[in-house]
Formats: sequence, C-alpha cells, structure tokens
Amino acid sequence: MPDLLLELRSEEIPARMQRRAAEDLKKLVTDALVARGFLYEGAKAFSTPRRLALHIAGLPARGEAVREERRGPRVGAPEAAVQGFLKGAGLTSLDQATTVTDPKKGEFYLAVIERPGRETLDVLAELLPEIVKNFPWPKSMRWGAASAEPGSLRWVRPLQSIVATFGPETESPEVVPFAVGGIAAGTVTYGHRFLAPEAIEVRRFDDYIQALERAKVILDADRRKDVILHDARDLAFARGLDLVEDEGLLEEVSGLVEWPVVLMGSFDEAFLDIPAEAIRATIRANQKCFVLRKGGSEDLAPAFILVSNLVASDGGRAITAGNERVVRARLSDAKFFWETDKAIRLEDRLPKLDSIVFHEKLGTQGERIARIAALAKDLATLVGADPALAERAARLAKADLVTEMVGEFPELQGLMGRKYAALQGEHDSVCAAIEEHYKPLGPSDRVPSDPVSIAVALADKLDTLVGFWAIDEKPTGSKDPFALRRAALGVIRLILDRGLRLRLLEQVGAADRGLAGRAGADAGDLLGFFADRLKVYLRDQGARHDLIDAVFALPGQDDLLMVVRRVEALGQFLDTEDGKNLLAGYKRAANILRIEEKKDGRAYDAPPDAALAAAGEPAERALAEALAKARETASAAVAREDFAGAMQALSTLRAPVDAFFQDVTVNAPDPKLRENRLALLNALRAATREVAEFAKIEG
Amino acid sequence: MSQKKSFQGLILTLQEFWAAQGCVILQPYDMEVGAGTFHPATTLRALGPKPWKAAYVQPSRRPKDGRYGENPNRLQHYYQFQVILKPNPPNLQELYLASLAAIGVDLKLHDIRFVEDDWESPTLGAWGLGWECWCDGMEVSQFTYFQQVAGFECAPVAGELTYGLERLAMYVQGVENVYDLDFNGAEGADRITYGDVFLQAEQEYSRHNFESADTTMLFRQFTDAEAACRSYLAAGAPAAEGERHRMAQPAYDQCIKASHVFNLLDARGVISVTERQSYILRVRELAKACGAAWLKTAAGGAP
Repeated sequence: MPDLLLELRSEEIPARMQRRAAEDLKKLVTDALVARGFLYEGAKAFSTPRRLALHIAGLPARGEAVREERRGPRVGAPEAAVQGFLKGAGLTSLDQATTVTDPKKGEFYLAVIERPGRETLDVLAELLPEIVKNFPWPKSMRWGAASAEPGSLRWVRPLQSIVATFGPETESPEVVPFAVGGIAAGTVTYGHRFLAPEAIEVRRFDDYIQALERAKVILDADRRKDVILHDARDLAFARGLDLVEDEGLLEEVSGLVEWPVVLMGSFDEAFLDIPAEAIRATIRANQKCFVLRKGGSEDLAPAFILVSNLVASDGGRAITAGNERVVRARLSDAKFFWETDKAIRLEDRLPKLDSIVFHEKLGTQGERIARIAALAKDLATLVGADPALAERAARLAKADLVTEMVGEFPELQGLMGRKYAALQGEHDSVCAAIEEHYKPLGPSDRVPSDPVSIAVALADKLDTLVGFWAIDEKPTGSKDPFALRRAALGVIRLILDRGLRLRLLEQVGAADRGLAGRAGADAGDLLGFFADRLKVYLRDQGARHDLIDAVFALPGQDDLLMVVRRVEALGQFLDTEDGKNLLAGYKRAANILRIEEKKDGRAYDAPPDAALAAAGEPAERALAEALAKARETASAAVAREDFAGAMQALSTLRAPVDAFFQDVTVNAPDPKLRENRLALLNALRAATREVAEFAKIEG
Repeated sequence: MSQKKSFQGLILTLQEFWAAQGCVILQPYDMEVGAGTFHPATTLRALGPKPWKAAYVQPSRRPKDGRYGENPNRLQHYYQFQVILKPNPPNLQELYLASLAAIGVDLKLHDIRFVEDDWESPTLGAWGLGWECWCDGMEVSQFTYFQQVAGFECAPVAGELTYGLERLAMYVQGVENVYDLDFNGAEGADRITYGDVFLQAEQEYSRHNFESADTTMLFRQFTDAEAACRSYLAAGAPAAEGERHRMAQPAYDQCIKASHVFNLLDARGVISVTERQSYILRVRELAKACGAAWLKTAAGGAP
C-alpha cells in the first residue's frame, strides 16, 4: 500500500508551538482523508525548529467506486418534477434513466449513478493546499513580495519549501501535484542550516529520515530530548555533578536545535552567594541552560549545561566561552539585584506599593495588603496562629514585588521575600508565610502547615475572591483571568488538608466589610462557587458529585470540612444494604408524595398524628414510632457532628419502611387515614433531611 | 586590534555589506529616538506599496537604562545598526548570516540561533513576528517581519534587522566591559576606547535623566509636541478628496519628540502606572495619524 510523505519546511518555528503543530498536521490530514473515505494504517508527525513532517502509511492508491441509485418521479409526472430529477441526478435526458415498476405505485424513473474511485494522489492534491493555507498556528504572519496583495499565504514564519510524495514502496513515488503561496510541492529539502546546507533529494519516508540524519537533523523531537538528557547526565556524571532535571526546559531546548550538541560551562564560585533559585531562574529563563548540583548534595555547582546546535570545529570551546560570558553578565546582574535588595528593609518598601494599582476597581496593592493583614489577624485565632505574627507576615508578604530580583524574575515572588525577611531577622513563621501564602497553587501543590502561613494564605485568597465578586468579575466558561478558580481551590485545600473549622459565610462577610466602599459581594453566590470547586475537587478524588449536591442542598452548609465529613459518611452508608434499601424506600415515598401532592394540589407537610397512627395497622404504628426515634437520634448525632451515628440512626428505619410499604395501603379509602399515611411518608423525607437531601442522590 | 574589529570598523563593514545589497546608506536621524525603528526611514517607509531598502546607524536613547557609567552592559545612549528591506527578500536569513560572517563571526565556530521573539511597539502601533538572533547564547540582533505599523497592515511586509552594535563589538573583540571597547583600532597614543568617547556622557546624562531633567518643561513639551503634530497634520491635509498630504514628515517629527519626552518623564518617575498607559496611547494616536498622512503622500504610494 502506498505511503504519503509531507514536509513543510519553514524559517525557525517557535519551540513552544512545534509539538502541537505536528499533531495538528497529522489530525487535519488524516481527518480529511477519512472524511473522504480513505482509511490508512498508521500516521506519525514530527517537528524540528525548521520543519513539520508527516508520514501516513498504508493508504489505498485510489478510493472505492461508488454506485448510487436515485429514485425519480413516476412516469408521466409533471415536467418540472422530471427536470428537477434530471438536474439532481446529473443527467441530461430521460434516456439516461431507467424505469422500474413498483407493484403499488406503478412505473417510475430510476437513475443509476456510478462514480469511479478517485485517485488518492488527486485527493491529496486537493486537500493538502487547503490544510496548509488554513493551518491553525496560534500566531501567523505574511511575508515577501506576495504580501502586497490581500489574502496572501499566512504561516508561522516564512514557509520555504514543501515535499509531498505519494506511492508504494516498490516504485518511485509521485510528487503530489499542488502549490501554495507560490511554493510547488517537490522532492527537495535541506538539512542542518550550518552543518549540511546542500539540497537533498528525497523519495519516501524511509530514505527521508535517513537522509536528514546524515544531514545532521534528528527529525524526532523525543529522540532529540533523549540525546540531550543522556548527554547532559553523562557530562555531569563525568565531573561528579548531578543534572537538575527540568522537563519544561528540556522540551523547549529540544525545539531550538536540529542536532543537539551538549556542552558544559562554568562560572565563578563567588556567584553561589546568590540564592540558588535566582541562579537557576537566571540561567534558565535568559540562557535556556540547565544548572547542576554538586554530587550527592543539594547545593548548586558553579557550572551549567548548554545545548548548542553545532558540531564546532574547535570542539565547542568558543561556544562554551561565549555562553560563559553571557552567564557571567547575567549572574553579575542577579548579584547586583540581590545586594541592592538586601540594603532595603521589606517594610520600607511598603510605601511604594501604595502607588501600584492592584486592580482599577479594587485599589492599590497597599490597600489590599491592609485588608489582608486585618483578615489574617482575625483568621489567626481560628487556625491557631499568633495574631501578631499573622498580621506582620501579611504586611510583608507582598513587599518583595517591588524588589529588583522579583521585578526581573516574577516567578521568584514569595521566595525572595522569605530570603530577605530571614536576613532582617523576622520570626521563622513570618518568613515561611511570606513564601507560602501563595500556596497551594493548584490541586497538587503543597499545602502550608505553619498556622501563620495558613492564616495569611486564607486571607490572601479570600480577599481576592470577595473583591472580584464585589466588582462582578467572576470566571466565565474558560475565562478566568484572575485565577479565581485556583484561589477557591486553594481555600478548599487549606481547609480540608489542615482540618480547619471555618464558617465561610462569616469569613466572606468579614472580607467584604474590609472592602469598605467597594463592598457588596454576593456571599451566597460565592458560596455556590466554592461548592462547585469542591465538587470538582472531590470528584477528581473519586467522590460522587450527587452526594455533594445532596449535602449542599441542606441550608447553612458553609463549613466545608463538615460538608466533606458528611459526604463521606453518606457515601459509606449508601454502600450498605440498609442504606440502599432506605434510599429505595425514600424514593418510593417521595414519588407517592409527589404524585398525591400534585393530584390534591396541597403539601402533606404536617407532622403525622401519632394517636391515629397508633390506632392503625401494626406496620403503620411501628413506622411512626421508628421515625420519631430515628429523627431525634439523627438530629442529636448531627449536632455532635457524628455523621456516621446519624446514618446509623436512619438505618433503623429500613425494616419499618419496608414493612410499611408491604402491609399498608397509603391511599386508604378513609381520607383521614390517607392524609396521616402521607404525613408519615413526609416524616420519612424530613428524617432523611437531617443528614442530606436524598432527592439529589442518584440511583 | 585590526581596524575591522574596532567599533567604527564594525559599522563600516556593515554599511559596506548592506550597500552591496542595494540599500541606501543613510545617516542617523537628527532627533532623539528610543530605537532605530523610529527613524522615518523605517516607520514611515515601511508603510505603503513602494519598495525600499535602507541601512543606517541610529543613536538610541533609553533614559531609564542609564547606570551612571557603572554597569558594564547598560547604557542610556547606544548605537543600533538598522536595516530595512521592503518587501523582505526570500533569503533574508541567509543575508543576515552573511553579514555576521562579514564582521568576523565564524559560522563554523559559533552557535547562531533564531529564538522566537515577537516584537511590538505600543507607542508606534506596530508589531511583527521574528526572532532574537543568538550568538553563543547572546542576543546580538533582532529580526522582525513587520506586520503592522502605525496601525496599518504592511503591504508588502518589510524585513527589519537591528544589530546591537556595542554587544556585537564586545563579542567580536572579546571585551567584558563596554567602556573597554576599542573604538578606532589605532595603536598607542592614538588608541581611543568607547569609554574615552562616552563614559563622561553616560555619567552626565544619567544625572540628567534621573535627577535633573526639568519635568515642568518636559510636561509642557509633551503637550506642545502633541499639539504641533496635530496642527501640522491639519495644515498639510489634502484640500480635496484624492489630493496628497503635504506635511506628514514634520508632523511625525513631533510624534518622535513626544515619545522621547515621555521616556524622559518616565525615567524621572513622575508618571504613575495608570497614567503611563494613557501617555503611550496618546503617542500611538499621533503615530497612527502620521502614518495615515504618509499614506497620502507620493513616497507613501498615493497616486
């Protein structure tokens, strides 16, 4: 079966876009083929800084023939109908149609349309240019003389050449005949820009990938990553050092080279005074180099790994020396930042934050810090922290935003603040909180454990959430520019992981009052947002979302820890036989009530008449007694926050409920009796509401 | 030190190289600008359908980058070598690499890389896609395909190359401190360094930019330049439909002026974060209006 080879060679494609682009190319081409009825055996896409390539194996040489019958009007139908039929079937006269006799409807026309299968080559020539023209680059551009005219080809960077061949292994493949933006598909490509600048003639994928390899291009990004990783580890090992691995950087660097050559450079030991994180950030962000650790230690070594794209004639000496110069200059800057920053105490930086706008409608960073400090102080007592320390930590937590180091490397916020705080002799908990108050950032980030950190982390997030709720800037769909979902998840994880008892509505109220003139957050709406985030979080951990709904449907559920405990107990209860049966009994009761209440146009929500029930059938009497007892016990257990106990109390209802449905006719002829029996069912509904809204539970 | 590797030798080589590619070699624009892009030979000439090839050195002023002559890498006044080719030739990358070879960068020894860098000038209402060009990990040039200038689509697209001359010279000469650069390539008493020429200026202008620049005057100059730009645009406006604009360039000078004055005010720290945006917008509005006027001139391609 024939194969397709496609290569789109371009000027340097941004590293961050390459992998996605290769996948897009594969999907677009294979989808287009499948949509036209062309199935294939396998497809794989590749990317380098200068090319996207696609190999599709096992395509048919031509598509399947199609035979279609199209039924027309009856013989003798009006002229308009006949003409419509001819036009639709692509016929010029009725001679080309046959007639068929239908036993019921008589004679009618039939057109038999036969289409031969199309040559795959033609189909490719038709669909490939469209895919190239409409390629989904995140950002694309026009270039060259052609860009004088509207509608000229757009690509991520100027597209230089196209290779497109199609054919079976045994024969010389054909060029897919198409052109885009004045570039005709052919069989010529080029290897490494500097190491093998000559033209290469290719035929099909097998010789293409080999020819590229000879021309110093490793086509497969994952192979380039492997080469870099292994060579870097080996180089480090040979010097008794450990590579600080960095998947994001590795991915990026592999998109900057076609032929990776790993080298090691070094810098002056004196730079190791700079915090390790800052050294790493400098070398990573600016130079795209890896840092190294001294063997078996956590300390950085005064060396780095760089990945070049050249087998240099001097073995890489000049390249290493050049990179060392730049690293030296960068580290000199970092050292300068570190030294200047240290000269100013964090509290002396606060006035500057008064002039920095946090959000147009939420005031300055200074105002925000004052709000967070007040909240943190109040929260401190609830989480077991020293209020004075919590307030101090909150006051200093954002001060590092105006340091030189954080200005240069925003990702070091918090961490640098902690370093500067430690240097000026702040309490350990204050130092920790300055770094940790941003945490947890997402579902897998570490949750702080120091109570001072917890207080400030909660205050920071609550102020953010309440603030944006007050100005009605809530997340919508995929848009969450202020990362409010992450903030809410942070609050949830702090509460659950640290077992905090917090009435969220009270805290939301406190944060809202802190906004003073800007106050006005809809606390109920915000609580609903927390409930949604909690649902997502628990669902990811395997909890049933309907159980969370069942608990949140009860009034006043703003203590997330208790909500979760209740959900857990409910889940365990429903896993038991008693639980399953009680739920079934509840559903039956609720169903009957719904129907009867609708029929009668009234609610049966009065408590049942105990005397009437006692005088009734034994099962009726037993249920009434069991209900009264169970409800009382469950209610007391809930008050003690003993949710398992509450479930236990409800489980005693199973037998009387089952017996009731078996022995008693609810819709008794005596209206008084009927009303009381419906009231009994309502009492069951009410009893279950002690622990959850069973109506929300599925199954 | 060979003449060729001296700072001025580097400039002469680049001029010669790009002259051979058919560029007109212009002199620096005689106004204070933040980058070579502001030169009308780039900003205005990038607009409209007419082909254009030019290369020139442009002294560039970034008041905020002053370090009183104490930082070996940062200057408030430095030189850019600017090349603009409209439309960009298909082999612009190759031409750029050849220019590096011409100034003595051995491409068999050095690792040249094109690293994504999308260029945007909010004040000029301009953006383009391209790269930072790295030589052994150091950014030595900017390479941009202009997509939009002064709010107008570039048709055709121009390719812009900007060489950071001091950095490149430091690299070619193997010097760690910009002030140690060999300026003229002469020996003994005739030898002149970059520091001999510019160190005192860096000290004086840093004082000026951060401490003494007269902010009352500058605020006034900003308003004056803005008003002058508008009035020249109005005065030169076509009298009737289909006629040409007659004063696009003098108006654009005032836009350049406003932009530089804004940079000075910014360095003096008298513009708040929120005001900053509105000043940038005001300059952009001028740039857009000048671009629109330029497109109604002969050089802008108006009939």
